[in-house]
Amino acid sequence: MNVTVRKFDAVIVGAGGAGLRAAIQLSEAGLKTAVLTKVFPTRSHTVAAQGGVAASLGNSEEDHWHWHMYDTVKGSDWLGDQDAIEFMCRKANECVIELEHYGMPFDRLDNGRIYQRPFGGHMSNFGEKPVRRSCAAADRTGHAMLHAMYQRNVKANTQFFVEWMALDLIRDAEGEVLGVTAMEMETGEIYAFHAKATIFATGGSGRIYYSSTNAFINTGDGVGMAARAGSPLEDMEFWQFHPTGVAGAGVLITEGVRGEGGILRNSQGERFMERYAPNAKDLASRDVVSRAMVTEINEGRGCGPNKDYVLLDITHLPPETIMKRLPGIHEIAVQFAGVDALKEPIPVVPTCHYQMGGIPTNYHGQVVVPGKRTQNEIVPGFYAAGECACASVHGANRLGTNSLLDLLVFGKSAGETAVEELKKTPKAHKELPADAFERTLERLNRLETQKGGANVHETRLAMQRTMQKHAGVFRFNDLLKEGVQKILDVQKDVQQTEIKDKSKVFNTARLEALELDNLIEVAVATMVSAEARKESRGAHVRDDAPDTPERPNGRDDANWLKHTLWYKENNRLEYKSVTLRPLTVETIALKKRAY
Amino acid sequence: MMTTRTLQFKIYRYDPDKDQKPYMQDVAVEVDSTDRKLLDALVKLKAVDDSIAFRRSCREGVCGSDALNINGRNGLACLTDLASFPDDKPIVLRPLPGLPIVRDLIVDMTQFFKQYHSIKPYLVNNDPPPERERLQSPEDREELNGLYECILCACCSTSCPSFWWNPDKFVGPAGLLAAYRFIADTRDQATNERLDNLEDPYRLFRCHTIMNCVDVCPKGLNPTKAIGKIKDMMVKRAI
Repeated sequence: MNVTVRKFDAVIVGAGGAGLRAAIQLSEAGLKTAVLTKVFPTRSHTVAAQGGVAASLGNSEEDHWHWHMYDTVKGSDWLGDQDAIEFMCRKANECVIELEHYGMPFDRLDNGRIYQRPFGGHMSNFGEKPVRRSCAAADRTGHAMLHAMYQRNVKANTQFFVEWMALDLIRDAEGEVLGVTAMEMETGEIYAFHAKATIFATGGSGRIYYSSTNAFINTGDGVGMAARAGSPLEDMEFWQFHPTGVAGAGVLITEGVRGEGGILRNSQGERFMERYAPNAKDLASRDVVSRAMVTEINEGRGCGPNKDYVLLDITHLPPETIMKRLPGIHEIAVQFAGVDALKEPIPVVPTCHYQMGGIPTNYHGQVVVPGKRTQNEIVPGFYAAGECACASVHGANRLGTNSLLDLLVFGKSAGETAVEELKKTPKAHKELPADAFERTLERLNRLETQKGGANVHETRLAMQRTMQKHAGVFRFNDLLKEGVQKILDVQKDVQQTEIKDKSKVFNTARLEALELDNLIEVAVATMVSAEARKESRGAHVRDDAPDTPERPNGRDDANWLKHTLWYKENNRLEYKSVTLRPLTVETIALKKRAY
Repeated sequence: MMTTRTLQFKIYRYDPDKDQKPYMQDVAVEVDSTDRKLLDALVKLKAVDDSIAFRRSCREGVCGSDALNINGRNGLACLTDLASFPDDKPIVLRPLPGLPIVRDLIVDMTQFFKQYHSIKPYLVNNDPPPERERLQSPEDREELNGLYECILCACCSTSCPSFWWNPDKFVGPAGLLAAYRFIADTRDQATNERLDNLEDPYRLFRCHTIMNCVDVCPKGLNPTKAIGKIKDMMVKRAI
């Protein structure tokens, strides 16, 4: 098989929010940049974000980045790195204002400023009471944002390679990253993008679960590529289950619904969140709300014929508010739940939504690995931003609206850092190693010649069911142990998947098999990391680490206040310490998390 | 008990590697009560025959990937209810009309995006950016409703006879809707240039208000109305 090599200063993999934001930096700096994307940029999953992007603009009431920082650290259950969190919260205003200048159609207040709504876990004055911090364009914030950033890239003449799937990372013997191999989907031809900077912005991997708000394309391609190339993955046991996915369909219903006044009710019509989070109630952090919902269902207070969901009620809100602020939700409820949300509550269940972990980076967007000198040594030429990366700002649980902020801030900072590095040390492309394409060619060749192998669809389903059963909202020691064995069995099937269709032109069977190679890395990393973490923290709550006076919420700071690093080779686990020291302010001290 | 139902399809198939010409394939797929949408059925179909090619991503009508011609009408597979199909007739699926076909249900959208790009789909404001947001009243912001929500699925442009005849010269409903989105934005300063860019016998004026675009838009948008407003502005500008 022939591999054509193309040279660029930088290659960005992925054209969702983080990729597009990084691309603006590189294109406007005049660097020769290729943006590879599996789908046309505006089809990336950022498009599905609804409720808003966090920034302490204070347009409706007093707010401060320091309060935002406090909420984010608390939301992360203290597993987030406080330097990166301070950086993100301080940069939020600038990044949101930039978007507005790009033309993003934010909703407006009467004084012409950006409209802001309350969201889960966002409070004023260090956890006192809910604050309006989420900057929104109706309930289509991600769509408005992604299109505005694509449009800005059109203006900047960014060079896109649309419907090109990156396959593997190219690293040389010194560990330096020199680009990626990729397939042009329309022809099936293989190329190498030889670059001085490689930025991964490939999004999340929510499709490892059976029930997910994520798009079909969210197959963890960057995470899988990084793992195969020897990079560790950080904190992969932490997955966010969004409280309100449409029961049965999995489609997201924004937390903005509760921000606008929506209420969760059980089969008795009770507003049950009052019992679990007396202060924040329905606007508690997502992990807290999801666990409360599952507890209600498990204790027999679920709704419907099988008592397997709860209700999201907005029937008490003025219809004008719903149609103005939540028009997309009204549409989704009709389409996917068959209810008119103006008149009836929406059936919802916690649904896999967001990957808190990912490729470890610092807050400059540079990928870091433990080395001889420090636990965060920079991998030359390699950057990551957005959901595929772990900076780590979300720690054990992400706050709503911090995902769009993460991709803006770290997309920009990865882009800026790459520009600086490229300008600082102008140099020729480092030579590609002799085995640069080996991993890719092996994978493709195996798929071509595999006989009597496993069906891709069935194998993926087996993975998704295993993850759903063994690493869900609540986790159990015995199920996790069993889950590790099961997912390793599925992995063996993934290594011998077989496709019937061997054609070249837009072969989606081959693409799905290649995507499954990435998904399984994420699934194994998740299960192995989750089994090993013997405490409850944020979204990772186990039966054998219950709430006790010595260990509130089951959190064990003495032993587990540390990041997991999973390596593909032998499923090895290492740990590194959490950065508790912020950039300029005092450490937000450890305490019990309650809402 | 899960109720199941067998759906009959006639699907446009074409793989340039092996097919001399396209053909319609008859296939049946069994769906159950958890399969609500046409896309669910297509995914089941692909599990059986992995060679069938179609685009899909968000499965909730916001990414615009899975636009198809469904029983002669353009729409998104993920927003089309299976319940809307009668049992006694096969469901006929074809790629979007008027664009070159890459394979099966996948069309080459180059021409569609070229037209979108031709209207300069980005905000133009040459004032130095202020420190904070540019102010816009809620009323002015409301002018963008019904415009900015476009998902670029191409259902509209590929149902438009004027676009079929002149895809290289007529901007088409999606591109014109985007053009008006920027004209209508109080923050944009390039209205005149935008109108100049469309002042041409083809680019704008090939719209003959057939309104297929309005009929098929899965987001309920009205490109014809936006086109009408641009035409009005052209006239006003001329006098």
